Amino acid sequence: MAEDVLILGNKRFSSRLFTGTGKFASKTLIAPMLAASGSQMITVALRRVDPTADQGNILAHIPETVTLLPNTSGARTADEAVRIARIARAAGCGDFIKIEVITDMQYLMPDNHETLKACRILAKEGFVVLPYVMPDITVTQQLYDAGAAAVMPLGSPIGSNRGLEMRAMIQRIIEVSKLPVVVDAGIGRPSQAAEAMEMGADAVLVNTAIATSEDPCLAGKAFSLAVMAGRMAFLASLAGTRKGATASSPLTGFLRE
Amino acid sequence: MRINLNGSPVETTSRSLSDLVAEQGLNPLSLIVEYNYEVVKQASWGEIHIKDNDTIELLNFVGGG
Repeated sequence: MAEDVLILGNKRFSSRLFTGTGKFASKTLIAPMLAASGSQMITVALRRVDPTADQGNILAHIPETVTLLPNTSGARTADEAVRIARIARAAGCGDFIKIEVITDMQYLMPDNHETLKACRILAKEGFVVLPYVMPDITVTQQLYDAGAAAVMPLGSPIGSNRGLEMRAMIQRIIEVSKLPVVVDAGIGRPSQAAEAMEMGADAVLVNTAIATSEDPCLAGKAFSLAVMAGRMAFLASLAGTRKGATASSPLTGFLRE
Repeated sequence: MRINLNGSPVETTSRSLSDLVAEQGLNPLSLIVEYNYEVVKQASWGEIHIKDNDTIELLNFVGGG
């Protein structure tokens, strides 16, 4: 099989499992998780300093070979997302940015309208824009026109581990999108990651399920294998289901004539 | 001198951004300083003289998904 890489911006990713740095019991688990999972891109967030909290630098726990994907979490408008993105880049985090604009505090559903506005601005400024969106075909096309590098529809609410509740819409987006599709949020089990990849997603982003497991290294590895298995199954174009049986062994008699 | 620090009005005697970071007792290694909506690199913190009504954000990267 030819080398199967995902190209985003000017970078090539052989691992289609993107990870996140949130919710780890200890930051020291992040580097071993990255090594175990082979993930080549990981999200970070930007916050006002809390003088009473641990000020250890999370970036110090991420190997330089791994691409940083700062997110704009906390942004409630396009302007706030743009500001966070510019700060992250000025702070040396590179050109990748996950746009995340949320005003719905119950389900943390993204605001597609503000996200699209931010994408238009940031793509023009040379960012590699990965927008986190509610699955929507029209918005997917508009994000393509706006210069996004990928589209990241949610599987289910952030941190919910509910898997692909948006399955049907994600399937349609995969079918029509001219952008790579990265299923982000809600993937709670390796089988759900595999399912997304079998459907033809280009990558998945998993944070909570890995970070909050009892063994993030083992969980990271399990997700990595699931993503690879799902990807291979997609590339192999598995046959569809049937109503009845079709024999996989010859039905002629063996001992009987 | 009164500045807007991380969204709140704060009285400070700090003359430069370096002084302010020290006054706040923050670890400069992981700190990002935004001065009137522009990020200032650590090497230049000493050269920025704080004025009345400046807007300053002291930020750092944290875990997030």
